[in-house]
Amino acid sequence: MNSETDDYLDGNAAGGELSNIFTIDVTAAKGQCAHCGAMKRFAEAHLYMQAPGLVARCCVCQHVLLRLVNVRERVFLDLGGMTCLILDTSQLLRSGR
Amino acid sequence: MWRVGTVIALHDETATARTITLEIPDWPGHVAGQHVDVRLTASDGYSAVRSYSIASAPNAERRVEITVERLPDGEVSPYLTQELAVSDRLELRGPIGGWFVWRPEQTEPIQLVAGGSGIVPLMAMIRSRAATGSTATFRLLYSVREPGAVLYRDELQALSDQDSSVNITYAYTRSAPRDWPRPPGRINAALIEQTTWPSNLSPTSYVCGPTSFVESASRLLTAIGNNPDKIRTERFGPTGERQ
Amino acid sequence: MGIISRGFSGRRSAADVKLPPGQYLTTDFPVLSAGPTPHVSLDRWEFVIDDGTNVLRRWDWKSFRDLPTEAFTVDLHCVTRWSKLGTSWEGVSLDTMLANVKTDASYALVRSYGDYTTNLPLKDLMNKQAWIAFRFDNKDLAPEHGGPARLLVPHLYLWKSAKWVRGMTLMHHDKPGFWESLGYHIYGDPWREQRYSGDE
Repeated sequence: MNSETDDYLDGNAAGGELSNIFTIDVTAAKGQCAHCGAMKRFAEAHLYMQAPGLVARCCVCQHVLLRLVNVRERVFLDLGGMTCLILDTSQLLRSGR
Repeated sequence: MWRVGTVIALHDETATARTITLEIPDWPGHVAGQHVDVRLTASDGYSAVRSYSIASAPNAERRVEITVERLPDGEVSPYLTQELAVSDRLELRGPIGGWFVWRPEQTEPIQLVAGGSGIVPLMAMIRSRAATGSTATFRLLYSVREPGAVLYRDELQALSDQDSSVNITYAYTRSAPRDWPRPPGRINAALIEQTTWPSNLSPTSYVCGPTSFVESASRLLTAIGNNPDKIRTERFGPTGERQ
Repeated sequence: MGIISRGFSGRRSAADVKLPPGQYLTTDFPVLSAGPTPHVSLDRWEFVIDDGTNVLRRWDWKSFRDLPTEAFTVDLHCVTRWSKLGTSWEGVSLDTMLANVKTDASYALVRSYGDYTTNLPLKDLMNKQAWIAFRFDNKDLAPEHGGPARLLVPHLYLWKSAKWVRGMTLMHHDKPGFWESLGYHIYGDPWREQRYSGDE
């Protein structure tokens, strides 16, 4: 059922989890992969969410961009796979606009 | 963070898909293309979360519709499409997403490409366009297994009949209606070339459906000259249900 | 906790069996992955034990398959709360693989094809507690479940049973692997419910 070519989602699916932390929509943000340098919208990242945590990978080179684990009241967040994340401050989440 | 909606209506779109209308008192409004995360909790505290695209256009009422496709071995979709009843409450988080959205301020030609239940967020865009009186020109390429699996069929038909600036092509992959000009099959380069906006018009494209469909359709759109930056995608995973 | 969803119980089934705390029984075999399934051809597969500087032992697929194997049946406990009982495997005991390895290291960082790692005390890999398994349920281990070969350490949570295993580095100090560095317990005993860092 889960073929190796299509068992991932994309950055859009991480939007809910990331909205607990970021007040700006991350799916529309551009992120630079620390491994290959590709600059892509976070929405395009390959997302693995069935694991013990959430893992977003570069759609070009598959290296980990971001990892997130919820442990009770804490969120463990690893952003080390991205050189930077460029967020548009006009994309504040609260308004839904 | 988590809001509570009350089910006020249920409508079966097909034999396996159901639209759930929710009233959410503190709903802040949404933009077409956004989704909600739905959380179900069993009495022992076990919970499951799934994402569903909002099917309804932004509106002034605190109402949101989601259309759920029942997966044979799904954990959440059988509950939502068969057990959930009017007046039940549902926890949701959202609206979520700022990239895979269409706003009425966009005036460029829009290309929508749907694979199966990927039509849901694109339908929100089509409805949003109608509700705001936008004159943006839309083309929809809707890949679906068979006629019985088409979601929103009557509404799409009416739209197609009435509005020449919304052009719809159905691509059946398993079985097509009798006398259908194209034999059943997956979308291919020829279909993309014949039915989608020419790339020199710089359309913005939205592709949604199972992951492998999205990868394939995006490649085909790029191959006819569309800039990858103008192709927005949303993947629903291998079976079409997002985790 | 969220509002209770009337009539929802999820995929679980009740059982009278004894499970570690907080676990439920499953009859299917969920596939949880942190990345794409690696595809390793058997002619390039290898398992390497090193100490961070020197290679101590190396096997290619042929020499690995020449090692004595065992059939064994064990219970699996995943930190995401599902347990699957009575699973049948065939593999090579780590006791066999570590037999002639001279080391005073106390820990191992297990490495997989792809970028997954997990750490555990070396003694937890010995004394009939761990295998490199290559057959499940009388069939070659499928890629989505870790094939061609995976580690199996059933007395710990299943994230320690690294899929697509390629070797291990022996260490004097414990060093957290992929999940251990992001909130999961450094050891992971399901019977003491050591899911997260800070759990006793």
